[in-house]
Amino acid sequence: MLELKNISFSVPEESGREDGTKEIIQDISFTVDTGKFVVITGPNGGGKSTLAKIIAGIEKPVSGRIFFDGKDITDLSITERAKAGIGFAFQQPVRFKGITVKDLIRLATGENITTAGACGYLSEVGLCARDYINREVNASLSGGELKRIEIATVMAKKSRLSVFDEPEAGIDLWSFGNLIRVFEKMHDEISGSILIISHQERILNIADQILVIADGKLVQNGSREEILPVLLDAPAASCKFYS
Amino acid sequence: MDEIQRTLLEQVAELHEVPQGAYNLRINGQGAGRNTTEHINIVTKEDKQGIDIYVEPGTRNESMHIPVLLSQTGLSELVYNDFHIGEDAEVTIVAGCGIHNGGKDASRHDGIHTFYIGKNARVKYVEKHYGSGDGSGERIMNPQTIISMEAGSYFEMDTVQIKGVDSTERITRAELAEGARLVIKEKIMTHGRQTAKTDFVVNLNGDGSGADVVSRSVARDDSVQTFLSTINGNAACSGHTECDAILMDRGSVSAIPALTANHLEASLIHEAAIGKIAGEQITKLMTLGLTEEEAERQIINGFLK
Repeated sequence: MLELKNISFSVPEESGREDGTKEIIQDISFTVDTGKFVVITGPNGGGKSTLAKIIAGIEKPVSGRIFFDGKDITDLSITERAKAGIGFAFQQPVRFKGITVKDLIRLATGENITTAGACGYLSEVGLCARDYINREVNASLSGGELKRIEIATVMAKKSRLSVFDEPEAGIDLWSFGNLIRVFEKMHDEISGSILIISHQERILNIADQILVIADGKLVQNGSREEILPVLLDAPAASCKFYS
Repeated sequence: MDEIQRTLLEQVAELHEVPQGAYNLRINGQGAGRNTTEHINIVTKEDKQGIDIYVEPGTRNESMHIPVLLSQTGLSELVYNDFHIGEDAEVTIVAGCGIHNGGKDASRHDGIHTFYIGKNARVKYVEKHYGSGDGSGERIMNPQTIISMEAGSYFEMDTVQIKGVDSTERITRAELAEGARLVIKEKIMTHGRQTAKTDFVVNLNGDGSGADVVSRSVARDDSVQTFLSTINGNAACSGHTECDAILMDRGSVSAIPALTANHLEASLIHEAAIGKIAGEQITKLMTLGLTEEEAERQIINGFLK
């Protein structure tokens, strides 16, 4: 369904390499098969979010090609990719003055959805729909509320490939269990492919496939059974103290 | 009424025909229809252009419409409308001005609306301004709203000017006695070479009085907007003023709040934010399948809704 071939990405930086650039992603290739639940994990700053943005079309790779259902989408815009069937949940959801939760869900479905229909998506992410449906997606919502609304919009879009960038980030401990259940349910009722960037063991636990990205490189790629035990056994990175 | 006048009426008052309840319709400088009710009387002024509107004390759930339409090019008028709202009355007043100018001379309506709000009365005042016509003559509106509020009264003013007014200078003045509360929501969008200046001065004179003056605006093309908001806290009161503006193209917006507290228990706040549409807002809507232009339109529509 989704195939990345030799994707590299760099940004201009004075203190970078001789050509004045810093490599964020180096020659990454992998595939996500139809109906699979794939989790990308790895240390912070390793390039995971950049990779997700490259898939959604928000960033353009400097080299490499991306294929979706066998079609080269490397040069397609964000809009064209969204229309082709790619959904993307932001790590830091965007706030809008004046646009309501219902507006956003309506735009995601691309049709004139009923209030009851929109409420269904909110209930799925554990929000009491009646309290939220007519609220503006603005600063009056907490980080966790915004995050769940963000996930609801991506669910409402019903994409064939949905990409979630750290859905657990900014969610309080109380809401976390709820969120995990959302993804467990998504996994059980999967209709398209799901690609999640996450550090959470409970999300890694329901993955069909796990990719580990560190320092801009794909360092591991395999089934959960292969990768998860290795990850859990690895010693936590620590700072040694020499007296 | 002809087709153009009908369209103007629909835009400023959301009316297709003459409304229910009290109304006074003014077309091209002439009275074009009036209805009074048991509790609302409308009387033509004798010393100048305009009307006096009397709402009896204790009137409930009544509304009145006072639209003004100009479709004749080159017409310029100055009209005084005085509203006398009795104690404990509750009314909704829909005013609005629509100018269609298909000629080369400027059409101009300057309306001076003065409100005397009795004790504990509640008024919702809706004002819409709209311009149309492809003539080169300017469409000019300079409304003044003077509000005098007695103890415990409430006045809510929604003003909207979204389209077609070339030049506007709106002045709003309010005096609040104890326990009175004023809420103003202004929405403006300018384009082309339009200019819009709004100027609010609110005096919170009584203990427990409060005012909330909020403006949301969009300045497109080469248009220029100025938002002046002055709140003077002369008693134990609370005041808040906010200007939120989106800039597009080469638009320009100035927000000039002025707060003066003359009393230890006066609490006054101002907020202002001016800037272009955040790129990430457009990106988010594009990930939902909207084009950049569609995303921009949704953001603006939501902002001015």
